[in-house]
Amino acid sequence: MSSVAVSAAGAAGSGGRGTSHGRLAWLVLPALLFFTVFGIVPLVGVFALSFTSWDGIGSVTFSGFDSWTSVLRDPGLPHALLVTFLIMALSWLVQTPISLLIGVFIAGNQRYRAFLAVLYFIPLLLSSAAIAIVYKALLDPNFGIGAGLGLDFLNQNWLGRPWLALGVVVFVVSWQFVPFHSLIYQGGVRQIPVSMYEAAQLDGAGRVKQFFHITVPQLKYTIITSSTLMVVGSLTFFDLIFVLTQGGPGDATRSLALDMYLRGFRASLMGPASAIAVILVVVGLVLALLLQRLGGKDANTSQLEGA
Amino acid sequence: MATTVSTSRKAPADAAGGGRVRRAGGSRNYLGGLFGWIWLAIIIIPIYWIVVTSFKEQSEYFGSNPLALPKAPTLSAYQQVIESNILRYFINSVIITVGSVVPAVLMSFMAAFAIVRGGGGRFLKAVNGVFLMGLAIPLQATIIPVYLIIIRLELYDTLAALILPSIAFAIPLTVLLLSNFIRDVPNELFESMRLDGSSEWGSMWRLAFPLTRPAIVTVSIYNALQVWNGFLLPLVLTQSPERRVMPLALWDFQGQYTINIPAVLAAVVLSTLPILVLYVVGRRQLIAGLTAGFSK
Repeated sequence: MSSVAVSAAGAAGSGGRGTSHGRLAWLVLPALLFFTVFGIVPLVGVFALSFTSWDGIGSVTFSGFDSWTSVLRDPGLPHALLVTFLIMALSWLVQTPISLLIGVFIAGNQRYRAFLAVLYFIPLLLSSAAIAIVYKALLDPNFGIGAGLGLDFLNQNWLGRPWLALGVVVFVVSWQFVPFHSLIYQGGVRQIPVSMYEAAQLDGAGRVKQFFHITVPQLKYTIITSSTLMVVGSLTFFDLIFVLTQGGPGDATRSLALDMYLRGFRASLMGPASAIAVILVVVGLVLALLLQRLGGKDANTSQLEGA
Repeated sequence: MATTVSTSRKAPADAAGGGRVRRAGGSRNYLGGLFGWIWLAIIIIPIYWIVVTSFKEQSEYFGSNPLALPKAPTLSAYQQVIESNILRYFINSVIITVGSVVPAVLMSFMAAFAIVRGGGGRFLKAVNGVFLMGLAIPLQATIIPVYLIIIRLELYDTLAALILPSIAFAIPLTVLLLSNFIRDVPNELFESMRLDGSSEWGSMWRLAFPLTRPAIVTVSIYNALQVWNGFLLPLVLTQSPERRVMPLALWDFQGQYTINIPAVLAAVVLSTLPILVLYVVGRRQLIAGLTAGFSK
């Protein structure tokens, strides 16, 4: 990776691998220690715990494949996978076009757009818990905004019906994360050479044509980056759904991450919950790799530039 | 990934420079403008509602148009929230945020310095690889073993239980970002420090640290936002009200004051206030920090 090459060159430049460089290695130890204890060990641990049974209080005992068979036989698992996948796909479908358009919009250098951008970013400041609480109150059928304004179409039992609740989760997720992704797109758009647009204008291409023939293809890698973050991130939405719906109504919004928490910390089945956590990690890794593959080799090199 | 890292470093410069050629010359883009304003409405109406409602009496909220300005603005919702011990939760949040961000950034800075300036030995390369891999670990998926470790360390229901894992989870991204910036410091500067008799330790604090300060500020703000808004760790690792932090307090208020919506929203406003102040004071740094922290 380029980083290694650069640092090696740096070392050679300052007179080879002298003893002073060797002595620097201890500087990584505090960070390494913390990350090992609370990052690596838990990652290995979650795999190990999926072969044990533990109620969260007593002792941890080895139980072979019991957790895995119980999880894999449970009809709750395909359901949780389906919910997770639906939230992932729908929130990607909603967020990507909006983020792209907003990103292009705020990449313009007009004053009013810069001003709007400042306001667009406000949702990024709120915690997921706060956002969920706000929407819960806002959408309340008796005391929410629909009832208050007397608008019938806003006055649904939003969180009480399975499909509506799922829709609300997707909407709230988009409300929270579109600002972040539009920021990524804004950066991408600003790196497109202006000359490309000038040439297109000379050829008589209109704004829409420019958007589809220059902006979108030029943003290919930005789209992949943003999509990877959306897809992998959506696996781990926890606080938002937990506060907004608790997985309900019924189990209509019980996604994998929520299922893991409820099994582990509510039903005291840490073994099966760990098995679900392992599934989460694996699904996340596979999806991330697939999406990177989509970008082809170039995406990898551009990715390494930053590393 | 890199796209974001590089843009985040470029964005502030762009914003400051501002002199970009206007791309779509000619006619005004009315359609784009319309879309922009519609999106603004979607974003701003809930925010506006939070703020105006938090200044209403509970009775006024139920009787009136929810989007109308309060007829008699009152701080009673805030008073109610403050009386229910929110100050304690606020202080807890400050303690865990400062207590995890400062050590995490310092340790990550030292590690990044060693990785960049340490001569590319096998050990340092491996450590760097471990941190890069760490970017891909979702916190949520490791919560059960973290819980077990915290119990075994007898730290359950303490603020340290929140601080220690928060430090660990901030490290990978912080190391990655800071090492990118330390790498940009010209080698000649280190060379001349060395000729002046400075040790590597001295160069680290007196040369690399000041030169990477913007990155350090950015990444600190980003990490602070993560810890301040974190919900899962406190939910799982603490229990008693004395250890409660703001996001959990919000959740608790919501259960307690189900129909006292002004009070719940006043708590939301109070919990966001410190970050809002940061946003107003250091908007560019914060935005850069947010884009930099794309991974979680």
